[in-house]
Amino acid sequence: MADPIHQFEIHKIFTLGHIGNQEIAFTNSSAYMFGAVAVVSLLMLGGSAGRALIPSRFQSVAELSFEFVSNTVRSSIGEEGMKFFPFVFSLFMFILTANMIGIIPYTFTVTSHLIVAVALALMVFLTVLLYGLYKNGLGFFKLFVPHGIPIYILPLVTVIEVISFLSRPVSHSVRLFANMLAGHITLKVFAGFVTSLSALGAVGIFGSVLPLAMTTALTALEILVAFLQAYVFTILTCIYLNDALHPGH
Amino acid sequence: MAEGQGKSKGADHGTAAHTAADGGHKASFPPFESNTFASQLVSFAIAFGLLYLIVSRLALPRVGGVLAARQQVLDTDLNEAAKLKADSDAALKAYETELANARAKAQAMATEVREKLNAEQEAAKAKLEESLATKLAAAEQTIATTRATAMGNVHSIAADTASAIVERLTGISPDAGAVNAALDASVKG
Repeated sequence: MADPIHQFEIHKIFTLGHIGNQEIAFTNSSAYMFGAVAVVSLLMLGGSAGRALIPSRFQSVAELSFEFVSNTVRSSIGEEGMKFFPFVFSLFMFILTANMIGIIPYTFTVTSHLIVAVALALMVFLTVLLYGLYKNGLGFFKLFVPHGIPIYILPLVTVIEVISFLSRPVSHSVRLFANMLAGHITLKVFAGFVTSLSALGAVGIFGSVLPLAMTTALTALEILVAFLQAYVFTILTCIYLNDALHPGH
Repeated sequence: MAEGQGKSKGADHGTAAHTAADGGHKASFPPFESNTFASQLVSFAIAFGLLYLIVSRLALPRVGGVLAARQQVLDTDLNEAAKLKADSDAALKAYETELANARAKAQAMATEVREKLNAEQEAAKAKLEESLATKLAAAEQTIATTRATAMGNVHSIAADTASAIVERLTGISPDAGAVNAALDASVKG
């Protein structure tokens, strides 16, 4: 039976160099990252190449992506949040494209690796922290002291707020990573049943219809999850950025 | 599972430098293989940085420009349409005003003509009545004159008759003045 973990393995393609003892390699993961960047660039630049007043389908996709993310940013952060629009747009399109590419059989899913999800989440976390401090100075820490809380439970609430703030990158990254990982493992397991059952002869081939149907249904679900996780990541990014801009609850 | 291990071994071979740090033990769960983290982070930093540059410098300004241009065209067209509608409304209003004016004018003219005709008719009628009245007055005058003459004649005849009767009865010719006075008194009485 096919190993469901095999799809997550990282293979070196060539060595880029060394940092200390650590080899820095261009891996299959790197290739898929740049592949995602290429797809997004192609979609956005190719789609807008015509600059048509009445958009073609291709151009519509580029425009829809633009408007979808810009509406999300504008509705959750407001007009002044539009300076983060390129950042949020890059995040959304990168995650969405990487997730969608991952659904294609035999491909590698960049976002199913913890370190990539952590890098994405930490990038957001640090942006919120640094921009929040730069914009509001020490007023940023008002984020941890909600208004209208009785003074005797304020210390407790503040501790909880600090912990919840610090745990944000964890939940933010693990949500994405775990969803992608679990989905792909499940898909692979059910797809593996199809091959192992059909190796059992006529009855097996007949029986393998069930896991095949399951795989098909799961693939549809995974497409939904791929979009949904990209969207959830983006929405949470917007909510966190909103805290950086308006820390006073 | 043997197949999977074989594949893992192949992978280990491919990432020899990576697994070297791992102590060469059997493949762990790939997403938790920390020796691949540095490579992924470097790739991710370069890829995401590149994407950010392309998106912020090229893609978004271009798509945003297309959308803004479309919005502008839409706004211009809508304004144009609103202006044309206002124009047509104004024209309609002007037409209605004109129509109302024309109608009022026609009515005024009709009234004027009617009044003029009425006045002419009235005048003709008045003239006719006047002439009739004049004629009537003249006729009445004639009748009165004739009657007065006749009455005067009656008076003299009565005086003559009275004188003759008195003369015949008394043999005395009465004084004309007395007869006249007596006649007048009897006429009055």
